[in-house]
Amino acid sequence: MTDIIATSGGIKWPSDKVSTIPFQVYTDENQYKIENERIFKGSTWNYLCLNAELPEPGSFIVSRIGETPIVITRDEEGQLNGFVNRCAHRGSLLCLKHKGKAENLTCVYHAWSYDLKGNLTGVAFQRGVKRQGGMPEQFKKENHNLRKIHVTEFSGLVFGSFSDDAPDIETYLGSEIAGRIRRVLNRPVRILGHNTQILNNNWKLYMENTKDSYHASILHTFFTTFELNRLNQKGGIIVDESGGNHVSYSMIDPSLSNDDYGNQNIRSSKDEYRLEDPSLLDGVDEYGDGVTLQILTVFPGLVLQQIQNAIAIRQIVPTGVETTELVWTYLGFQDDDDAMVERRLKQANLAGPAGFISMEDGAVGNFVQRGINGTEEDTSVVMMGGETAENQAFRATETSVRGFWKKYRTLIEGQVPNA
Amino acid sequence: MNEQTRNLIENLMAEYVSFIDNDELEQWPELFTEKCLYSVTNRENHAQGYAHGAIWANSRGMLKDRVSALREANIYEEQVYRHIGDAVRLITLENDIATVQSNFMVVRTMHTGEIHLFATGMYLDRIRIQGDTALFEERIVVCDSQKFDTLLAIPL
Repeated sequence: MTDIIATSGGIKWPSDKVSTIPFQVYTDENQYKIENERIFKGSTWNYLCLNAELPEPGSFIVSRIGETPIVITRDEEGQLNGFVNRCAHRGSLLCLKHKGKAENLTCVYHAWSYDLKGNLTGVAFQRGVKRQGGMPEQFKKENHNLRKIHVTEFSGLVFGSFSDDAPDIETYLGSEIAGRIRRVLNRPVRILGHNTQILNNNWKLYMENTKDSYHASILHTFFTTFELNRLNQKGGIIVDESGGNHVSYSMIDPSLSNDDYGNQNIRSSKDEYRLEDPSLLDGVDEYGDGVTLQILTVFPGLVLQQIQNAIAIRQIVPTGVETTELVWTYLGFQDDDDAMVERRLKQANLAGPAGFISMEDGAVGNFVQRGINGTEEDTSVVMMGGETAENQAFRATETSVRGFWKKYRTLIEGQVPNA
Repeated sequence: MNEQTRNLIENLMAEYVSFIDNDELEQWPELFTEKCLYSVTNRENHAQGYAHGAIWANSRGMLKDRVSALREANIYEEQVYRHIGDAVRLITLENDIATVQSNFMVVRTMHTGEIHLFATGMYLDRIRIQGDTALFEERIVVCDSQKFDTLLAIPL
């Protein structure tokens, strides 16, 4: 039924396919509001923080789902709880610090206080002062708890959902994506640092960029410029059934090489553009499976990156129709020795706001945002590798970008598009 | 600190800023010792003891690679920095190593004419002084904010 003019909220799509994208989805204020209701507050799991960031009872950390401020706590029983970071009284932000430890959460405005499960436990002057004022009889504290969300954990990643309808996290991820997360986060992590990149573009342009394996060797020329070519690589794309989650990977193809991986995988021939210090790329095969790159996304806002030994989490947080924050957390593992930590710090130069093979991604979404200004009635075309969103054993494809739109339209329109 | 030492340090600081702001980046690694540490971090990471740097190099070679990548590989819109610094505060001076700190502010101007206050923060330096030469053995750039607008191409 390709002649159907499907609607996505207020936006008209040219067909029920996901290979032609209206530019309006990146600029429309009303669409952005619909996304908040149907995607961020819909039946999705939104990455919030690491389990390791809530080490003990009383630990709390703030995060966001869409633009909604969220606080996550670990209570006395060790359970994780999540709620809107908003006092039930007048709506003031409750936790003003990014993270910390507390026995209860008390609003600075009128000192309403809540336990670590989000239940209202104290109201200042509830009985008034000298028998004057105070709350009326019909005011019941139990009706004024914090707005709670569902919280779940997978491989040390903490996710939150506003919806009672989100499936369990493993079903949501799909078995292949779940396995690929377990592969990377297979032991206790250690945090190496954080930073945040401000992207002057709609959040979806970054998510699409991360799912777009087509652009990688074209826009990011670091590896080709320095002739750091891998001769024996193969790769592919896995898209989960829903379309929203994906893995793009490349790995050593054992059928193409019997040589020692360490000596063979990096070749530099042009003296002109030789790396002065090639130790930047002294990777080790820490997972023992030859996978040198694995970029994984979970709809709507998580990227898990393994580029050799550079492991990072990127949380995509919309801050407006045309602005986004990309919150980076750089990881190692508790069993890393000093040499491994140094290796990870060096390889961290590859990704992040100053990343040799990623800095362009901070700008290219803004190039689109500026490019479409004034002609939002037009569309982009996403047809590399076909018009559907299936697994593919090559990376010159936009299959996982189409997967994103499959999941997106399913949530916005309430039916699965032709993908 | 005698006058000659102070002059060497101040000259090093001035050259550093000049090489970056005037697009003479090829000269910038020459202000570091062969083995060195250059890291661009932020107050939060620094306070927590996190070692990660958005740019992190422990050799002059890595700094040169950063420059050649900017020249030959990375794609970013034309932009210039203007560094504004203040007086250098001497913390210690021992065995030819001066430990100093200073403040900086960097304004970024894009080719389109847009001007942003891009970064403010503190340089924490260990400077090796030998004869009439002063070189950075360590420069930790501690930005006040954890946020970078768009990208960090040119070093701070």
